[in-house]
Amino acid sequence: MSILDINKIRKDFPILDEKINGRDLVYFDNAATSQKPLVVLEALSNYYGHYNANIHRGIHFLAEKATSAFEDSRTTIQKFLNAAHKEEIIFTYGTTDGINLVAQTYGRKFLKEGDEIIISTLEHHSNIVPWQMLCEEKGCVLRVIPIDDKGDLILEEYVKMLSEKTKFVSVVHVSNALGTINDIKFIIDNAHAVGAKVLIDGAQASSHITIDVQALDADFYAFSAHKLFGPTGMGVLYGKSDILNAMPPYRGGGEMIKEVTFEKTSYNELPYKFEAGTPNIADVVAVKFAIDYINDLGKENIAAYEDELLKYATEQLSEIGGLRIVGQAKEKVSVVSFVLDGVHPQDVGVILDQQGIAVRTGHHCTQPLMSRLGLPGTSRASFAVYNTTTEIDKLVAGIHKVKKMVL
Amino acid sequence: MTINEIQDEIIEEFELFDDWEGKYEYIIDLGKKLPKLSDEFKTDDNIIKGCQSIVWLHAYKQDGRIHFEADSEAIIVKGLVSMLVKVMTNHTPEEIANADLYFIDKIGLASHLAQTRSNGLASMVKQMKAYGIAYQANV
Ligand SMILES: Cc1ncc(COP(=O)(O)O)c(C=O)c1O
Repeated sequence: MSILDINKIRKDFPILDEKINGRDLVYFDNAATSQKPLVVLEALSNYYGHYNANIHRGIHFLAEKATSAFEDSRTTIQKFLNAAHKEEIIFTYGTTDGINLVAQTYGRKFLKEGDEIIISTLEHHSNIVPWQMLCEEKGCVLRVIPIDDKGDLILEEYVKMLSEKTKFVSVVHVSNALGTINDIKFIIDNAHAVGAKVLIDGAQASSHITIDVQALDADFYAFSAHKLFGPTGMGVLYGKSDILNAMPPYRGGGEMIKEVTFEKTSYNELPYKFEAGTPNIADVVAVKFAIDYINDLGKENIAAYEDELLKYATEQLSEIGGLRIVGQAKEKVSVVSFVLDGVHPQDVGVILDQQGIAVRTGHHCTQPLMSRLGLPGTSRASFAVYNTTTEIDKLVAGIHKVKKMVL
Repeated sequence: MTINEIQDEIIEEFELFDDWEGKYEYIIDLGKKLPKLSDEFKTDDNIIKGCQSIVWLHAYKQDGRIHFEADSEAIIVKGLVSMLVKVMTNHTPEEIANADLYFIDKIGLASHLAQTRSNGLASMVKQMKAYGIAYQANV
């Protein structure tokens, strides 16, 4: 039994009262995006209703208030990641944006022809395509860590791949399609041993796992607020300050400059060097409330409860004839991907949707992974702290209905 | 029958269903009954892009009329595809190019034409009309 009061937590998420096709919503698409608690919704409307102003430029009261709320969020995130310095927290619009920033600045400046970049079979497209674009431009070589049939990375192969040619490693912390938790400490240490820098795609990890970028010694860590009860269109890129300082700016414009003349512009310091233009102030302000919400519940408590849900769902789904769980890694977050014999994942998704159950179906933006697994896609149920075993029972009943209708 | 007469017939059939289950069971049944498209037509060129499941559409012209054959990996899409084929096949290129497909909306399945779920179906309608236009040009 969890020490969390799940019924009370559910009341914090107004969307959970929605009726979908006449049924109570069962929201099992949390890996795509999580729902938002009232404190986050209120933070957004409070910001716009009471202290909306542009930041870092006005000297009036509202500008001061907005600026300090904005910078409070940075401090909150610094603590959330245990970063050494506040200016190592760069606000982006999401994981994708953070990865592109690193590929386009660090990558373009420091990588050259013949250098090798290592990613893994588990990557989301957003941690594949930016590196392919860089490889195309620079003549770098992309190498891919293989997985075994359970969905774990084959780390012996990774170690064999590493050499003085390896200049960058960019790997997902937690797989969105299979839930695999990767041993990123091992990956980082081995990359550093050959002098390579490492980016961790933390999109799926940030809401489930306690992250300590200093203990991990990660060079970069990227995640999206919308997957941890925060707003969409807001993300974080952590980078070690010496590396960020050595990187050229990404986008040009206001906020990121120190002095502009038509002859030459000098750039602002970290983190502003990477935050050109008026940022997404409201969503940055609101993310603090999402993180406070998580901290109040306690990440360990959340993880423990989600593990219970994962265990229960794995047991219950395994009993369904013809159902195969895809992804049985040693360490997993609360994601269950599955295929049903003789039924296309899309049909599973459509019939569950009719019953008010939201799952994700398809390739989950991981087409290379799906082709490695020899599947057109899967159906994926991903759980958050507001989900219940009763809802999992509805999923099981829903899948039985799918079988009855389609087979 | 004209395109609209066939559409009206489908709409009438669907009025019999008062819950989603009956409706979807019927669509699944249509999907199961649709003859398999022969492998020679399951080419990359015949794949309709933008669907979660693969949809193939094959068209040919005979005696001034266009005929469609189609298939899909997913059974519900296949059922929907089967209705589109039923409505659109064996008409002149002009009729197909100018068809106003209102039945999908009327039978309460418009969400299947929505952007995310299966804009493959929206693409399929587009592709069918494109055949209509193309076959008008080369008589
Ligand atoms: C593992 C992983 N990486 C990256 C992303 C991209 O995140 P965003 O779309 O928020 O930029 C996602 C989101 O689905 C993800 O699951």
